[in-house]
Amino acid sequence: MGLNSKKANWWLYGVLTVALVAVVAPFAWMVLGSFKTEGELRSSPPTWWPQTATLDNYTQLFSRLSFGDYFTNSVVVAVAVTAGNLLFCSMLGYAFAMLEFRGKRALFLVVMTTLMIPGVVTFVPLFVLVANAGLVDTLPGLFLPFLVSPFGVFLMRQFVLGLPKDLVDAARVDGTGEIGIFARIILPLCGPALATLGILTFLGSWNNFLWPLVVAQTEKTYTLPVALALYSTGQNSTNYGLLLAGATVVVLPVLLVFLVFQRRFIEGIATTGIK
Amino acid sequence: MTTTTAPPAPAGETSVPDGAPRKRAAARAEGRAAWILALPFCLLFLTFTAWPVLQSLFMSFTDTRARDLRTPFAVDLVGFENYAKAFGDPTFRQAVANTAYFVLVGVPLTLTVALAAAVALDRGIHRLRSVFRLGFYTPVITSIVAVAVVWRFLLETDYGLINTVLGWVGIAGPNWLGDPNWSMPALIMLATWRNFGTGMIIFLAGLQSVPWQLHEAAAIDGASAWQRFRHVTVPMLRPTILFVSVTTGIGYLQFFEEPFVMTSGGPLNSTISMSMYTYNQFGFGNYGYAASLSYLIFVLVAIVTALQFRFLREKD
Repeated sequence: MGLNSKKANWWLYGVLTVALVAVVAPFAWMVLGSFKTEGELRSSPPTWWPQTATLDNYTQLFSRLSFGDYFTNSVVVAVAVTAGNLLFCSMLGYAFAMLEFRGKRALFLVVMTTLMIPGVVTFVPLFVLVANAGLVDTLPGLFLPFLVSPFGVFLMRQFVLGLPKDLVDAARVDGTGEIGIFARIILPLCGPALATLGILTFLGSWNNFLWPLVVAQTEKTYTLPVALALYSTGQNSTNYGLLLAGATVVVLPVLLVFLVFQRRFIEGIATTGIK
Repeated sequence: MTTTTAPPAPAGETSVPDGAPRKRAAARAEGRAAWILALPFCLLFLTFTAWPVLQSLFMSFTDTRARDLRTPFAVDLVGFENYAKAFGDPTFRQAVANTAYFVLVGVPLTLTVALAAAVALDRGIHRLRSVFRLGFYTPVITSIVAVAVVWRFLLETDYGLINTVLGWVGIAGPNWLGDPNWSMPALIMLATWRNFGTGMIIFLAGLQSVPWQLHEAAAIDGASAWQRFRHVTVPMLRPTILFVSVTTGIGYLQFFEEPFVMTSGGPLNSTISMSMYTYNQFGFGNYGYAASLSYLIFVLVAIVTALQFRFLREKD
């Protein structure tokens, strides 16, 4: 970089700022557009600020369409999936990291090889399974298949490996039971890893699309992405204001959570990527 | 595999006479506890992942249709008929070509943008670094369905924001989603916009491990910034580049939401993807055929992963 760094910097700041505007503008346009009238959205050239701001799109979204219900469905599914992953993946992650047991290596190998199996491979027989259990078009049908993930096990194992094994040995000497050691000594120390896993899992479930699209067959079980996708390709496909308001409802909660916990997000991505 | 705790001393060497049986009891307790902890995962995993993976393979050799739902095993084995049908199916061949287009253009483009952003943020600037990082990463966390809905409007020919901006510099923007030549570039643009943030964050972490002394030494030897990037940064980042290209490639091979929301696979099937075609066949009730298509995607994912490993490893 050396002596000419000042000049280079201004140039670079300019390029990065243009890039930042290009990345963020669609979101700004989405939020602002959700307050515009249908006529204004079709005007050429497009407007930036709403000329006559209206809440009509949101009123319609929650009264004529049931976006309130879809929102609840999305939350219920995401909370269940997150709770399952936090509990079950940390249990197995701890066993892999700290305990010796018969079949450990074989089990670990199986878990690791399934890390890369795409959802599109299993959804057909999974649908048959869920259909035969009578769970099609129910919320359990939406979340049961996602209560555990190989990724979660791997993440928790890596974190627990970094804890001192003496903790476990000392607790054994004190007479703490094996399950008690996990629940009372290890789990409370896993805060950072649980936070990362929780955030990533919640987000993945909130944005998940293929499986809910297959299982949710009537409006009572639609999640937000399913409802938005079906309305945007169905009878409301040209109702721009409504769809932009819908997209805002899907994106905004996640955006707010992200802004609050951004450090955790970014560290999570960086560490899982490197390890 | 075996159940031995207490690694340092084999049982016989303990000074306490009854140490060995007690240790064996402790090891049994440990093994039991481990399996209790593993049990919920194993049950859910067997039911919802392992079983469907095998069942999917079985199904792909049958003529299972929607009406066979209740009797998944009382169907006819048809050998490789589904696979043969797939290779002869012009729409599926089109879907394979489209997916190849999306991956072969999309992955290098996403990686390039991600690496450029990471290098710029790592070395080029000192202020506002976290603001840029946060901004560039934001699209990653958003629902593809939602951003695809937004982009559909941004890409409108007459009143879309993108063509308006192109108009400012005198370019008449195309009918992005209505023209078979421009529909795929539009989807690739959206995918790059949404996904480069992940790669950028991972590259930023990787760049921390490139020793600054190497850059200094190269600079003293008269290497330009580009030469240093090419011969110091890139070789040091090779494992990270491998990781990002594999994960991005696996994701792009399955792209589905973008065409589903933006184009329904059109115009003229120019954006139908392998995943979307598989989903459509499932929707028509052709479960056996859909299962064989999903296995083809799986095999492709495995091959691409293996190839990328080889290609990037060889140069070490």
